[in-house]
Amino acid sequence: MSATLAPPRTVTYREALREGLFEEMEADDRVILLGEDVGRYGGAYAVSRGLLERFGEHRVIDMPMSEALIVGAALGAAAVGARPVAEIMYMDFVTLVMDQLVNQAAKLHYMFGGQLTAPMVVRVQQGIGRGAGSQHSQSLEAWFAHVPGLKVVAPSTPADAKGLLKSAIRDDDPVLFIEHKGLYARKGEAAGPTHTVPIGLADVKRSGEDLTIVAWSNMVHTALAAAEELAREGVSAEVVDLRTIAPLDMATVLASVGRTGRLLIVHEAVRTAGLGAEIAAETAERHHGQLRAPVRRLATPDVVLPANTTLERELVPDADAVVAAARDLVRS
Amino acid sequence: MSVTASFGGREGRPPLVQLLTPEGERVEHPDFAFDLDDEAIKGFYRDLVLTRRVDFEATALQRQGELGIWASLLGQEAAQIGSGRALSAQDYAFPTYREHGVAWCRGVDPLQLIGLFRGVDQGGWDPRESNFHLYTIVIGAQTLHATGYAMGIQRDGLVGTGDPRRDAATIVYFGDGATSQGDVNESFVFASVYNAPVVFFCQNNQWAISEPIERQSRIPLYQRALGFGFPGVRVDGNDVLACYAVTKAALQRAREGSGPMLVEAFTYRMGAHTTSDDPTRYRLSEELEHWKLKDPIERVKAYLSRNGIVDAGFYAGVEAEADELAARLRAGCLSMPDPDPLSIFDHVYVETTPQLRQQREDFAGYLASFEGAH
Repeated sequence: MSATLAPPRTVTYREALREGLFEEMEADDRVILLGEDVGRYGGAYAVSRGLLERFGEHRVIDMPMSEALIVGAALGAAAVGARPVAEIMYMDFVTLVMDQLVNQAAKLHYMFGGQLTAPMVVRVQQGIGRGAGSQHSQSLEAWFAHVPGLKVVAPSTPADAKGLLKSAIRDDDPVLFIEHKGLYARKGEAAGPTHTVPIGLADVKRSGEDLTIVAWSNMVHTALAAAEELAREGVSAEVVDLRTIAPLDMATVLASVGRTGRLLIVHEAVRTAGLGAEIAAETAERHHGQLRAPVRRLATPDVVLPANTTLERELVPDADAVVAAARDLVRS
Repeated sequence: MSVTASFGGREGRPPLVQLLTPEGERVEHPDFAFDLDDEAIKGFYRDLVLTRRVDFEATALQRQGELGIWASLLGQEAAQIGSGRALSAQDYAFPTYREHGVAWCRGVDPLQLIGLFRGVDQGGWDPRESNFHLYTIVIGAQTLHATGYAMGIQRDGLVGTGDPRRDAATIVYFGDGATSQGDVNESFVFASVYNAPVVFFCQNNQWAISEPIERQSRIPLYQRALGFGFPGVRVDGNDVLACYAVTKAALQRAREGSGPMLVEAFTYRMGAHTTSDDPTRYRLSEELEHWKLKDPIERVKAYLSRNGIVDAGFYAGVEAEADELAARLRAGCLSMPDPDPLSIFDHVYVETTPQLRQQREDFAGYLASFEGAH
C-alpha cells in the first residue's frame, strides 16, 4: 500500500477569517476586536465565534449600538498604539460612520504631519443573496475607492480572505475590509499561519486568451462559472480577481488585457460611477491601441435593491449574463 | 399630572408606573390614572390576543420559508397596544420594524406587514390615511423624522389651540439599543429646544440582539430625558392599562404645547431579535421564565376573569376570531404573487430618467433572451 498525500485542508470563508483574526490576536496583543454582537454572540455572521472565550472581554469588546462610536473609538485606540479590528454589521451602515472613516481616519496621518498613524481595520459585509432589502444589501466599495488615505480590499476566496485580513491588520493605514454575505459558507483551500496576501495585488484566478473578465468579491465566482461555460463553447476567458479595490492594481489588469485585447468588467454594485467605470477609463487611456473591442461593463442596473430574492437574482449579473456578454465581445 | 414626581426614584429603585399587577389586580398611581371602563379593557384583551396571533402566524410562515424574515413582538404587546390605543386619529406614529401592535391599532391590515416581510412590496399602506409611517429599518433614524414632523405640525398651528380635534402630537417608537445612537440623542436635543410635540416611546426590551441593556446605559433610560430638558417616565411595559394611561398623558401634554416626553416602557423581548437570531446563545432561560410570569396578556385575563367581567364564551369568541385571522393571513400570504422584475425600475425616481429608461429596456431585452430557453 502506497502512502497517499493528504488532501488539502478546506475551510469556509468564515472560518478562514476567524483563523486570520485568531492568529493575529495570538501574535500581537495590540490587536483588539470591537463591534456590536462580536463577543458573546460571535458576530452577526459568526466570524468571531470563540474569540471572546480565548482572548477575553479586554480584547473582544461588545459595544453599545453606535456605529460612529465603534469606528471613532477604533481610531482613537489606533492612534495611540492599538491595532483595532472594528466590525460594522452591514456595509449599508457605513453611512453612519462616514465622518469617522472618511474625514477622520483617512486623513489622520496627513493632517498630523505624519506623526500619527491609524492602523485599523473596519470589517463590513455587503451584497445580495439573503433578501435583506434596500438598506442591507448595497455594494458601496466605489465610494471608498474615492477617498485617498483609505485602503479597501474585497477578497473572494478563503485563502485570500485570511491572507488579506492579516495584511490589513499589520498595515499602518486604515483598511476597509469588505466581506460578502454570500461568501461566508463558501469553501476553499485553507491557508497556513504564515500566509499573507499583499494589499494592492490582483490575482489571475483563471488564465485565458480571448478576453479578460475583471471581477472581485462574490462576483469572481460568477465570472469563473461563466469562464467554465465559455470554455465549452471554445472561448478562452481569463479571470482577474482584483482582491484590492484601493489601491487598484491596474498593472495586472492591463497586462491581461494586453494579451487578450478584450475587457469585460463585472460587478454587483450598480452600474453608474461603479468601480467598473474607473477600470474602463484607465484601460481606455492606457491601452487604446491594443483593444480589439470596446470595453464592456456588466453591473446591476441603477435601481434601489429589493428585498424580494427573485428580483435580487434577476437584477444582479449571473453566469448566464456574463457568458452572453463575453460571447458578444469576442464575436464583435 | 406632576412630571417632577416621576423624575426621582424612591429608595434607590426607579419608580415604575403600574396600574395592573401581573396577578391582575388594579392599583392606583398618584400621577397616572386609567380612565376607561371594563369594555375598553375587553377590547384591549382582544387587541393583545389578535396581535400575538399575527406574530405567531408570521413567525410560522417565516419558518416555512414563506417570509424572508420576521421581527417578533412577543412580550411587547401591551406596550404597543396601550400606546397605540392612546393615539388620537390626528396623531402621527413613527414605528421601527417591530410595531405590529401599533400598526394594528392604526388600522393597518396585518397582511400588509406580511407582504413587506415576504418581500413582495414595501408595506403598501398609505401613511397619510393611517397616520402610521412605513417601517424604518435603520436603528433610530425615525426619531429624527418624528422630531421634524413634530416641528412641522407645530409650525402648521396644530398644537396648543385647545381644540381636541385639531391639536396633534407625534409618537416615535425605538428600542433600548437605539438610545446609544447619535440620531436619537440629536432628536432629543432638537425636540427639547423647539419644544416639539413628540412622545419618545422607548420599548426597553432589555436586549439589542445580544447586547444587554447594561451595554447601553448605566442609568435607567427614562432618566436620560432630564439631561435633555424634558420629563421621562418609566412604565410597566407589560401593563396595557399603564402604557395607555402614561402615553395618553404624554400625548396630551405634547398636543397642549408643553413639549416632548420620554416614555420608557420596561418590557422584555420574549422571542428572538428576528427569525435570523437565536437568543439561547447569549441569554439564560431563567430570565425568560421570570418574564413569563409578567406576561402582558395573562394579567388582563386574570383581571377580567377574577372580576367576573367576562365568561368563557368571550375568550372562545376571541380565540375563534384569532383562528380566522390567522387563516386569512396564511391564505393571503401564500397567494401573493412575486412582483414583475421590471417593477424594480418604477420608483427609483418620481419620473424615470432617460438613462434609467434605457437600462429598463436593456434589462427587458435581457430577460426576454431567456424565454423558451428552459
